[in-house]
Amino acid sequence: MESNFILELFGNNIWSYLIIAVIPLGFVTLYALVAILGELKIASWVQDRLGPMRTGWKGVLQPLAEVIKLLQKEDITPTNVNRPLFNTAPFVVFIGSFAAFAVIPFSSKFIPADLNVGLFYIFAVSSFGVIGILMGGWSSNNKYSMLGAIRSASQMISYEIPMALSIIAIATLSSSLNMNKIIEMQSGGFWDWNILGGNGPILKIVFIPFLLVLFIVYFIGSLAETNRTPFDIPEGESEIVGGYHTEYSGMKFAMFFFAEYANMFVVSSLVTVMFFGGWQSPFGSFLNDPISQVFWFVIKAMFFVFVQIWLRWTLPRVRVDQLMYITWKVMLPFAFVAFLGVAFWSMIKP
Amino acid sequence: MAERKEIEIDFGRVETERMRLNVGPQHPSTHGVLRLEVELEGEIVTDVIPHIGYLHRCFEKISENSTFVQVVPYIDRMDYITSMNNELPYVLGIEKLMGIKVSDRIESIRVIISELNRIASHQIAVATFGMDAGAFTPFLFLFRDREMILNVFEKLSGGRLLYNYIRVGGLLQDAYPSFKNDVLDIIRKVRETNVEIMNLLIDNKIFIERTINVGTLPADVAINFGCSGPMLRGSGVKYDLRKVEPYSIYDKFDFEVSVGDGKIGTVGDSYNRNIVRMYEMEESCKIIEQALKFMPDASEDVHATFPKKIAPKGEIYTKAENPKGELGFYIIADGKNKPYRVKGRSPSFVNLSVLPYISKGYMIADLIIILGSVDIVLGEIDR
Repeated sequence: MESNFILELFGNNIWSYLIIAVIPLGFVTLYALVAILGELKIASWVQDRLGPMRTGWKGVLQPLAEVIKLLQKEDITPTNVNRPLFNTAPFVVFIGSFAAFAVIPFSSKFIPADLNVGLFYIFAVSSFGVIGILMGGWSSNNKYSMLGAIRSASQMISYEIPMALSIIAIATLSSSLNMNKIIEMQSGGFWDWNILGGNGPILKIVFIPFLLVLFIVYFIGSLAETNRTPFDIPEGESEIVGGYHTEYSGMKFAMFFFAEYANMFVVSSLVTVMFFGGWQSPFGSFLNDPISQVFWFVIKAMFFVFVQIWLRWTLPRVRVDQLMYITWKVMLPFAFVAFLGVAFWSMIKP
Repeated sequence: MAERKEIEIDFGRVETERMRLNVGPQHPSTHGVLRLEVELEGEIVTDVIPHIGYLHRCFEKISENSTFVQVVPYIDRMDYITSMNNELPYVLGIEKLMGIKVSDRIESIRVIISELNRIASHQIAVATFGMDAGAFTPFLFLFRDREMILNVFEKLSGGRLLYNYIRVGGLLQDAYPSFKNDVLDIIRKVRETNVEIMNLLIDNKIFIERTINVGTLPADVAINFGCSGPMLRGSGVKYDLRKVEPYSIYDKFDFEVSVGDGKIGTVGDSYNRNIVRMYEMEESCKIIEQALKFMPDASEDVHATFPKKIAPKGEIYTKAENPKGELGFYIIADGKNKPYRVKGRSPSFVNLSVLPYISKGYMIADLIIILGSVDIVLGEIDR
């Protein structure tokens, strides 16, 4: 377990594992506040307005104010809901997002759990959230919530297959499912990242288009996974009011949002790990110590979080059948071809 | 996207039942307090029944108990987005009954503010249509520009939404000195933003896919239902009251009647209904430019042609091309200072009646798109 500095510091005991578990939780909380502020400020930047300006300097305390507001809100449970399911659903959704943090490699010296099936694990637990959405949607006893839940389930079976294909392709290329192994395969400079063909001889430029396609397929799929525009079909604010979270209020509603933001980071960090060299510095060995690696990783992941926010405030929403058309009939064939190309490359690669 | 075909669902032996869903009156995209009773087969809409009346304010009955002048503020409240346009047909009708002729300056100010209000209304229509499709940013861009128009209206009349500006025989007050410059500024800005909106929203692939071939309204059906305005012109019928039966001084101006051309999608679908509004904003800009040239510069007493007493006799149907369609008033005056009867023919009401016809067989997300492309204002439907 050389990949975890806390185990080195405190030894292999229960307290170390508790600390390891708490660090991502603290990170997610801090990150969610930043992301909410980012959402507000990027939205206002896109829309030619100022955004929150009254709470603190330039409104930086706005996310904190919103959390306090949501904490104070009355926790409404509508009559005739299925109480156990209704109350657990937000937490199931959050667990799904948070569990993925177990294998997110923040640095070569810190990965909470260095599983050798990291990529597979992350893919498994991120589908867990849909169960929570189905639970919430069904138990709310509201037709809009029900529609949202069904849409979410049908959306999941569409986007996961092309996404899985791009994950398999990366696993083939790195011949590993371990997050740190995948990143170590991309050591060097930014020209050795998987998006630019990975580590290999100059012949790799022939296979760059395949990896670009895989990246685009994965990124579009991840937009659908996080329920963000243009694929916020399960929420579909203008059609089905709020979708699965129509009936939720107060802290339970905040839980859904918390999970959404956490999920945004998970998919972004997965993009970073798979295609953009994870915690590797873009300039070879320059600033490539374990502390700087945290910086590089968070910067790269936050960039993709930014792209997601940017897209949300630019694009309209697609219809549910159009999402299925895009995923099944467009992304899937592309992903197959790209997968074959990458598989061929990893076969002939010296 | 492939052609949309008749959707046949064969569930075999699985028993399913249709779901009745109440969309509204408190729903984010019913544009007010419309209630749609929707019958759903999964996501497919099999039946739509619009329920109206949540905003009924007895306009017609109140009119019978008010003087002719007092009716004008109530007319403002019918279609509260296009108050200036609403006032025009009513005032023109009374003036026709009483044989009043107003000066060129008054007429051109009336035309200019009507066209400005048409732009403002179409901006809201396009903005909310975009929002129905899930695009939030164009909404704010368009509302930012609408603000400039409202500022001019505020300087003219004191009100930002309900103006009570066009009066029988004149106007509330003459245009202020910098009016011309303000309006030219607006035209410049509207054209600038429309290019931006075309790039950001209208030409967006996702937006096109969402709106083309959705809610196609054939021209003959549109005519049979009595649709008017962009709803009718989107179906390719070149009918515009400003051209067909010019009122006020519209016959002096050179402009095109915009129709849905089917360059993208089919004629009469939601995309074409929406694009007509974009074209019309440009045409309105042209009319305003010509009207500004036509308008005499010298300030004058806009109260000069006010009648001493408004007590016409006779009956008249007076109509004008509103942003939403043909707004008509049937006024019966029996020589007293109050109308005997004022019947309003509101375009939104007629346009909404076609909704069940065009939205069957589409998905619930399409239903919202179709409703957005019809561009209704509930204040006018319920009156």
